[in-house]
Amino acid sequence: MYFGLSEDQVFFQENVSKFLKNQADLDVIRSISEGKSLDTQKEIHSGLVNLGLSSLLIPEEFGGLGLDLLFATAISQSLGGGVAPIAFAGSYVMAPLAIVYGGNQKQKEKYLTQMSNNLIRIGVGFSEYFGARDSSAIEIKNNKISGRSLFVLDTKDASHLMFSDSDGVIGLISANSPGVEIVKLITVDNTRSFSEVKLNNVDIDILEQTVSHKDAINRAIDAGRIILAADSVGASQRLIDKAVEYSKERKQFGRVIGSFQAVKHMCAEMVADLEPCYSLVWHAAHCFDNSPEESRLMACHAKSHVSEISKIIAKKATEVHGGMGFTDLMGVHYWFKRIGVNRHTLGAPELLREEAAKIQNL
Amino acid sequence: MDLNYGEKYENFRKEVQEFCKEWEGVNFKDSSKAPLAQDYEATGITISRSEWQSILIKKGYFARSVPKDYGGFGGESDIIKSRIIASEFSNAKIPAAMGGQGIDMLVPTLLELGTEEQKKQYIKPTLHGEIIWCQGYSEPNAGSDLASLQTKGELVNGNWVINGQKIWTSTAQYSQMMFCLVRTEPDAQKHAGISYLLIPMDTPGIEIRPLVDMTLKPGFNEVFFTDVTIPEENIIGKRGEGWAVANATLGHERGSLTDPNATFNRVNFLIDRMKEEQLDGVRLIDIPVYRDKLMSIQAKVMAFQSNSLRVLSSKLNKGQDTKIAGMIQKLVGTELRHELEGFAIDIMGEIGTLYEDSPHLRDSGSWQFLYMYYLGLIIGGGTSQIQKNIISERGLGMPREPKVQGV
Repeated sequence: MYFGLSEDQVFFQENVSKFLKNQADLDVIRSISEGKSLDTQKEIHSGLVNLGLSSLLIPEEFGGLGLDLLFATAISQSLGGGVAPIAFAGSYVMAPLAIVYGGNQKQKEKYLTQMSNNLIRIGVGFSEYFGARDSSAIEIKNNKISGRSLFVLDTKDASHLMFSDSDGVIGLISANSPGVEIVKLITVDNTRSFSEVKLNNVDIDILEQTVSHKDAINRAIDAGRIILAADSVGASQRLIDKAVEYSKERKQFGRVIGSFQAVKHMCAEMVADLEPCYSLVWHAAHCFDNSPEESRLMACHAKSHVSEISKIIAKKATEVHGGMGFTDLMGVHYWFKRIGVNRHTLGAPELLREEAAKIQNL
Repeated sequence: MDLNYGEKYENFRKEVQEFCKEWEGVNFKDSSKAPLAQDYEATGITISRSEWQSILIKKGYFARSVPKDYGGFGGESDIIKSRIIASEFSNAKIPAAMGGQGIDMLVPTLLELGTEEQKKQYIKPTLHGEIIWCQGYSEPNAGSDLASLQTKGELVNGNWVINGQKIWTSTAQYSQMMFCLVRTEPDAQKHAGISYLLIPMDTPGIEIRPLVDMTLKPGFNEVFFTDVTIPEENIIGKRGEGWAVANATLGHERGSLTDPNATFNRVNFLIDRMKEEQLDGVRLIDIPVYRDKLMSIQAKVMAFQSNSLRVLSSKLNKGQDTKIAGMIQKLVGTELRHELEGFAIDIMGEIGTLYEDSPHLRDSGSWQFLYMYYLGLIIGGGTSQIQKNIISERGLGMPREPKVQGV
């Protein structure tokens, strides 16, 4: 019995953290968030792809690394910790899994092989499956797709886009097909890209298995939720580290503020809240890999719980920094915002809790 | 990640299940005297507590790692087997082995720090429930700051003469012995002036007064000492080493306060209650606000359970660092349980306020009782605030609060 990350997973995780520390410091993150340094952003992306990020979950027979979701979860913590300005949850987790579980052999060969060779990258629009806002809707008929999808993940520079209709039928289109209009959405978190995609009778390649069953959509969404939860765990940990570090340096009333119990208890509460989140997220990923029948509930609970905890940590850690925490200069807000957007992507806590109740037939 | 315990343990589980079947409905003729972990319906076989302890020791289901010479099973300590025993006994409603402060705290301390004679004299009868122990640590003016305790012990003609008062002494009224912290070196620095003494409770000069707590159930006592005289050799460790000896046992207590599986079972029980209970003809489980809060608590409990698995794993796998995961368990476990019981009361509304033997009472009043009981556990064994000091100082390396001059 061993509950925790393996040496390989920790090693990979640390490599990603080190890479981000060296290549994407706060100045770089700020510049990318302001829409500058696009070349640097591309370099960061290709650096992480070189480490293997894009092919983690692609089976070896299609040229991928064939690793499991726990591995991806470990890495997602590092990406959240470094507020990595790259595509991940959509392009490199949900997209390959949707194809693995929903594609026929030919589709798998075609897409997964190209993905593992980094010839294509896929943005993911599944919002209309679990909660359509602003009357967005997708209609897939006769191998054509029409409608509007909101909050499509990882769309920037994507070659392909993947959509699901409200029944969980999934298909792929080429991003530059006629009839596709991509409108950039501006969330508070500019480290990742979200778009609205308007579709007018566009050719779509429907993943064959998704017509008859919902495995692909459910698995992809479960995985995406676990990965986003892990991203928030990583971001929360970094916020706590920053707050503790700052409290040991900043002096008021003739002593470091970290010696005041009011401040110490805030830090202890953050740690006590966050520590079980690691275990919950790893446990959820482990269920995804080994006992799929438990994984939907675990994914809902992992994402809803981590979202609540990380929201509290984002607030407290900012407060420990005092006025400096409120400034752009200190940059605490990049993690605050990352957590805020993760919370709502693929379902906010209230939606997830209702889903968790339904899964248990309550 | 590997959550399987392996074939050896699955076989062990089967063995325990068969044992449980054999002893289904076992009951104690002397149950009212001993501090029981749980109460059971009087059905099936009736034996004495002490006999039950012997049966469990012989099977290796209790006192597993205590050497045979001292009345234990004499095997290797095995956390997974302990877990299997606990969960199978609980599923089959077979009473667990007796617990209490003697077994959970004194026996490990004796094994670690006692003399050969003390081990021979005390461990076996303690394991068999023949000696029940109480703990004399807290005093009216020494709570969170335990080391400031003032109960005095003087060595007079080869005897300790003890004067002072202890408080929060659970089971004092049933106990034969007390393990007690006493200031024996008044001139030494505060932590270095304490000794760890073993006091027979029938010694003249001991007065026990019940201390009624907010649950109104018999729980704690105050114990007063007036010239209580015990032999010099009734000490664990040397004079002035009592603080170190006590810290060994406080460690055992903090680890044993909360059981994540018990909390999980309680959530399931609450779900059943919410399916039965109605408000204006609507089941509580169908009321969206209540559903939402229930799911939020269930998620927290699952996170806590997963955290406990990680702590368990660190005990089985050397080198796995889970320092903080272990440090937060008392704080998180007690607060979570209190929240859960309080939530159950809230959704039952006025019905939730009923207590004792009121008409319309639900579940023997257990929701109110445990709501209050867990508030006691939040405070006892190191308050939540003390836990936060420990986490921030030892876990995060934050500085201690500077000492205020002249107080």
